[in-house]
Formats: sequence, structure tokens, C-alpha cells
Amino acid sequence: MNRLLSWRAPLLSLIIFAMGIGIWHALTLPKTSVQTVDSEYAALVGKAAATGQKSTFPTPADFGKKIWQHLNEPFYDRGPNDKGIGIQLGYSIGRVLIGYLLAALVAVPLGFLIGMSPTVYRALDPFIQVLKPISPLAWMPLALFTLKDSAVSAIFVIFICSVWPMLINTAFGVASVRREWLNVARTLEVGSMRTAFRVILPAAAPTIMTGMRISISIAWLVIVAAEMLVGGTGIGYFVWNEWNNLSITNILTAILAIGLVGMLLDLMMAKLTKLVTFTE
Amino acid sequence: MSKPLIRIEGISKQFTGRDGAVTTVFEDLHFSVNPGEFVCLIGHSGCGKTTILNVLSGLDQTSSGYVFVGDREVNGPSLDRAVIFQSHALMPWLTVMGNIAFAVSSRWPEWNKEKIRAHCQQYIDLVNLTGSEKKRPSELSGGMKQRVGIARALSIQPKMLLMDEPFSALDALTRGVLQEEVLRICAETRQTVFMITHDVDEAILLADKIVLMTNGPHAKIAEIVVNTMPRSRTRHDLHKHPHYYRIRNHLIDFLVDRSKAFASDSPDYDPRHPPLVTPGLDPGEVVAAETPKPPPGKPLVAVVK
Repeated sequence: MNRLLSWRAPLLSLIIFAMGIGIWHALTLPKTSVQTVDSEYAALVGKAAATGQKSTFPTPADFGKKIWQHLNEPFYDRGPNDKGIGIQLGYSIGRVLIGYLLAALVAVPLGFLIGMSPTVYRALDPFIQVLKPISPLAWMPLALFTLKDSAVSAIFVIFICSVWPMLINTAFGVASVRREWLNVARTLEVGSMRTAFRVILPAAAPTIMTGMRISISIAWLVIVAAEMLVGGTGIGYFVWNEWNNLSITNILTAILAIGLVGMLLDLMMAKLTKLVTFTE
Repeated sequence: MSKPLIRIEGISKQFTGRDGAVTTVFEDLHFSVNPGEFVCLIGHSGCGKTTILNVLSGLDQTSSGYVFVGDREVNGPSLDRAVIFQSHALMPWLTVMGNIAFAVSSRWPEWNKEKIRAHCQQYIDLVNLTGSEKKRPSELSGGMKQRVGIARALSIQPKMLLMDEPFSALDALTRGVLQEEVLRICAETRQTVFMITHDVDEAILLADKIVLMTNGPHAKIAEIVVNTMPRSRTRHDLHKHPHYYRIRNHLIDFLVDRSKAFASDSPDYDPRHPPLVTPGLDPGEVVAAETPKPPPGKPLVAVVK
């Protein structure tokens, strides 16, 4: 049964993939009917496009060629509006990591303190509940106004969107450490710092890591939108710039790249979570 | 008689319920545990057994009264008193060795890794877990987990071992094996033990003294039963001893009938000195430190009420 499943699932994936490409190909086939168009319009937009012989939406073959082109030269830099997709992804990943790590530095220790004290937990809960559902992009104007720097503002937006899941999960994980483990530490006269690092931290680690995994996914979702607003560099800016260039193939390539990087970030966090997970 | 290791003087515990009503779980308890003694506490649920153990360990506070260890009053948990928890309370992210090493390094922070490891190994061997050092609690059976709990408690060489129904979550076979191990370990180490149980046979097998509690609320110590059977008793010959059924019947009789209506049937009861009874002996017989085994062929006498 398992052996059957081990090749059936990938085969099915491959069939679905092939069908998707097939449908896409069929929908973007050149139209056969010859249309009469204004000669001036044809001169303006190119003959093929004007006569409708070629679809305006790229075919899978165009897309494949574009990907190949990007893969061959991912890191070229020909001025501010023409950089390789690798460079743009690098800028985005850099921003996400800086904002995310800053958020972790704040959220994990703060969440620890909140989780340790039921009073602080209850006192801060209303603030967290109000601040958490705010779309991170809503902070953008405020960030631009106060920080007066678009690059820093983008990082701030990443910070503010990744801080909440980490904060809430850390506090929850710390608050729900089993009483008996704490009692063991108490009967062994273990000091509070040692209890925090040797008992509470490992006990809460799986919950904390789950929060961190949620955060990195959200941060990666938000960076695209933030860079569209901020402009300059990054994969989000690349998408917006290619929209202005009307280069649908480039946009498609960027979408695929965003998906792949997001998946890799999530896989990395899943691996790390597995390291600290224990079975009871 | 040696000086008691633990003295409990007039402790009581009150809880305030959600509606503000105050419930007295137990009140005015007095008893003591001597060094090297194995004392069991038996009572129905709700008489505050676990609370008493938590008070002894320092994890919980009394509403009034005092607990002394040696000459000092208990005001918090201490490495002098190791606790074996009912739910074993092992840390699932640590191995068997890691769980015990955590306790050992808390007891002797100045020890180096090698010394800690050797010390832990000694206690892992003592509870017959040799070979399972690197396993995590999730890979162990219930009985093995409790062995780790016992090894962890003993490894810090406490003055006193406190056990909260340590075998109640185990199946009958495993329980029997572990009871024998505890009996053996206590004989080897002369460990002072205070244990809570609701199993009459467990108490008779392990305890030198059995403290009987009346039903809660307002639970009291009804009497303290002295186990007059020899310390060399085992699970296999326990029931062949003439004292066994007398003590057992006395205990069961208490739990079934007298624990409910205790206050009414003893007008001259003094909570400071709960009566010390020896149901194993014939009336008038004196307590011997080690009662000799009965001669073979002697008919067994069972007092059935």
C-alpha cells in the first residue's frame, strides 16, 4: 500500500501539472481567423498582435523561455530599473530576515515574560488583541511619516506583521508549561534562570517555533505588497515594474519565484520545529 | 527512640470555594516520621492526602500548623525531600540519563559532567534500567517511567522520599514488581519514606506505620496502625503471616465503616496523640521490633468481623 502510494502521488501530481500546462497552452493558441485591422493600429502594436494571430497572454513556451533566460542570468544589474530576478529576491529575503529577526528578538523574550505572569498576560491581552488584526500595510504611511525612510519602513512593516504570532505563541507556550515539570524544578531548588532555560524554554519550544513558522509565512506574504508601495528594489517592486512594462512573462516568473522561496522558508522552519519537538 | 525526622504539628487546610464558602479539608493533624521509617497514609479521596504530601514537600502551604524537618520549619521545597509524582513528571525532551542528570546537577552544581554521569548511572542500575539511558520517556512503558522517577528522586540522596500514589497508574503486575523494588531499595539504603496510597495491600507490604485518615471534609488522623510483621516480608509470603489478615481486616474495616463515622465512636480522642494500634498482635502482646516468623504448620488465624 505504502509502496503504491509512494509513486502514485507523484504521478498524479505530474498528470495534474501536464493538464494545467495543456489547458494553458490550448487557451493561448494563436487564433486562426484573420481580422481586418486599421493599418495605423497594426503599425503601432505590431502586426501579429493586431491581427490577433498571437495571444496577448504568454504561452507556456514563452514562459519557459523566460524562466530559462532568468536562470541563465539571475544576477545582472543594468541600472535601477533593470536588475536580475536573483538580485531582487535577495533584497526581499534580506528585508524579511532583518524585520523577522528583530521581531523575534523582541517577541520571544517579551512573550516569555507575558507567559510567566498571569497578571501581565491579562494586562497586555487587550492591546495585543487590537493590534494583531491590523493589516501590516496600514502601518506603512505612519512608518514613512515617522521613520522618513522607505527602506526602514519596509523592514518595520515586516517587523510589525511577524511580531504578533511569535509573541502570542511564546506567551501561550510559556503559560501552558505543565505544572508538574515546574514542581519538579521547585523540589530540586532550581533557580529561576535555570528553570527558564532548562525547563520552560524546552517545554514551550514547539509552540514558540510554530509561532515563528506562522510569522515567516506572513512576512513573506507582506513583503511583496510592501515593496510594491515602497519601490526601488525587491521582488514586489519587480512585479510592479514589470506590470508597468506589461511584461506578463516576467510577472509570471516572479510569481513562481515568490512561491518557491516562500515554500523554502516554510520548509526550513518546519525542519527547525522538528528539532525541538518532543513526544510525550 | 530516635528523634523524628519530620514532625507535623496541628496542620490544617482550608479552601475558599467559588461561592466564597470555606471548606476545611483536614484539620489539626499531628504525626511524625522517624529516620529510616516507611510511613504510609491511607484515606478516601477528598481527605486531602495529596495536599498533605505537597505541604511536606513544600509545594503547598497549610492554613495553620507547622511542619518541621529536623529542627527547622518547612517553608518551601528543598533538596532534602525528594518527590516521586503520581504522573512521574519526567521531562519528555530529555533522555532517561538527562532527566536524572538534571536532578543531580541541581543537587551538586559544582560536579563535572563525568562525575554526574557516573552518579546517574549508579541509580539507573539501581532501578534496573541499565541499557535504557539514552531512551526518551515516550519510548518507555509506564513502569519504566516510574522507575526513572524513582531513580531521579533517589539520585539526589534526599533525607526523605515523598511518594504520591506512585504506582496507582500502573497495571497490577508492574505495580507488584515495582513495590518489591522499592522494598529492596529501601532495605538497602535505609531510606525514610512517606507514601500516600489507597491500596491496603501496598501499605501492609511497604509500611512500618500506616496513618489512617477519616473522610473529608474536616478529615483527621483516626489512628496509626503499627505493622508488626517482620521487615523481611515479601509479596510472596506476606499473606502467610498470621498478622496479615488481622491488619488487613482492621484497615478494610476502617476504610469501609469507621472512616465515615469516626468522630462519634471515640469520645476521648486526642488529635495530638492519635491512638497507636497493633491489630496484628493478640490483646496484651507487646510490640516486638522484629516479630519472628510463625512456626510452620501453625494454623492461620484470621479475624473476620
